[in-house]
Amino acid sequence: MSLFRHVCIVLLMTLLTLGVGSQAVAQSADPGREISTSVGAADADTWRQVRSGEVDANYRDSRHDSNYNLINAAGQTWREIRNHWVTPFGLIAIGAMIVMIALFYVIFGRKNLDERPTGRKLFRWSALERTLHWSVASLFIILALSGLNILYGKYVFRSLFGDAVWGAMISASKVSHNYLGPLFGILLLIILAKFFKHNLPKKHDLAWFKKGGGLVGKGHPDAGFANAGEKVWYWLLATAGVAVIISGLVLNFPNFDQSRDTMMWANVIHAVAALGLTAVALGHIYIGTIGTEGSLEGMKTGYVDEVWAKEHHNLWYEEVKDQAVDAEQLDTPAAGEDERPAPSQPG
Amino acid sequence: MAQMKFMCDAERCIDCNGCVTACKNANDVEWGIQRRRVVTLNDGEPTEVSISVACMHCDDAPCMAVCPTDCFYKTDDGIVLHDKDLCIGCGYCLYACPFGAPQFPKQNAFGERGKMDKCTFCAGGPADSKEEEYEKYGANRIAEGKLPLCAEMCSTKALLAGDAQTVADIFRQRVVQRGHEDGAWSEVNRQGPDTAAARMDNLAYDATRQG
Repeated sequence: MSLFRHVCIVLLMTLLTLGVGSQAVAQSADPGREISTSVGAADADTWRQVRSGEVDANYRDSRHDSNYNLINAAGQTWREIRNHWVTPFGLIAIGAMIVMIALFYVIFGRKNLDERPTGRKLFRWSALERTLHWSVASLFIILALSGLNILYGKYVFRSLFGDAVWGAMISASKVSHNYLGPLFGILLLIILAKFFKHNLPKKHDLAWFKKGGGLVGKGHPDAGFANAGEKVWYWLLATAGVAVIISGLVLNFPNFDQSRDTMMWANVIHAVAALGLTAVALGHIYIGTIGTEGSLEGMKTGYVDEVWAKEHHNLWYEEVKDQAVDAEQLDTPAAGEDERPAPSQPG
Repeated sequence: MAQMKFMCDAERCIDCNGCVTACKNANDVEWGIQRRRVVTLNDGEPTEVSISVACMHCDDAPCMAVCPTDCFYKTDDGIVLHDKDLCIGCGYCLYACPFGAPQFPKQNAFGERGKMDKCTFCAGGPADSKEEEYEKYGANRIAEGKLPLCAEMCSTKALLAGDAQTVADIFRQRVVQRGHEDGAWSEVNRQGPDTAAARMDNLAYDATRQG
């Protein structure tokens, strides 16, 4: 028994000595030994992976909802596209359009009717169509102005009005943009469906383009209910406009947890398409108001003069010319301006 | 003027999340928002490494460059702060930031995100009173002559905060001690007792000696 205890003590002593010995080795800082237990650190492959933004199974993040990698370079690409390309070129597109329209107006002036209006009117736009048009138009203008403020406002209004006014301005822009945007989207889709038939491309549209739409000088190329220029505007809205709606919805509803990269690309598409449409819309507004005699009347009252119809939409005029009514007749309530005469619905 | 920077020594970070907790505690941030996070790469593998990340207070800050309201500004100390009264919660700073620093309290329909929140280097933000400042942005330790609490409470002194020059000097000293060829960011060469490997030391060695 005592022998066993003795052996035990000897063994324990030996073990302790060994322990102290190995500890002493560690404290003497033998580099080779220490390297074998040191933190490995990430290698080049790890950093490549970090750079790529991908996250693998062995990635941990202490933030509960975070799926970001350590560094996300994608945001830099977006920043460069937005700040170095979209911002300046959007301004150039819209500015160039304004300058072109102004020059055109100064040089060529308003496109007047060749003949004097006869006062006999043709029914062109129903009350529903006009309501849709002006709703979409008002929303478009609000969205364009608020959108432009979001992109360019800080360069102008902050220093001009000070933080208090600027804060209210930009906040109102964001709120109106976000809440009216979806409404605009719905109405635009309805108006696109409503005007679809008028805007199917026809053979004579090519000739219209060749003559530059008859915008300059005398003579009018053939045109049906919608001329080729209006069709281009329609199809721009049906493509770029729809892209704006879809990308806008992606940006507007982050509650569906779409990724940050998805929203960045949606933002670029949204900005490019919307700036392009804004520039073209200026042309549409010019032609529809001060640019052409008799056009605004149509969208205001629903009726256009037969001379306007003959000159600008000759093919449509041929179809509906026998339905012309005197202007005086329209003033009487019996005329019922909201009811489109049944056979006048064109192609 | 000082240029304030964070620096996380990956060789020292032990993924304890003390900085995350310290930050939460110092700034009393909204539920769901965590200004600092700890990222672990290659978790469970021999090359596992952890790094604490928050706003890096960039020289050329992407958030500042893309903000539509221009609500960001840089203090004289190089700290990137923002004005919550101007913030409209558009989320652009979140897209642009490579470190995932900007966060929003909400993520609702019609882009309702609330006001952006991010690390302020414990320097508060624009407000009329101290109470309002604390309410909106959290602690202003810089005004009291103190550094961010995350770095002050880091148990291994992995997370350093302060003037870029001072932080760089401390880190450089560590690197020299360790003998790494290119700092803590390279893989340790485990083979052979000779050359670079032989000159390396490890965390334990570094921690036992001051500086």
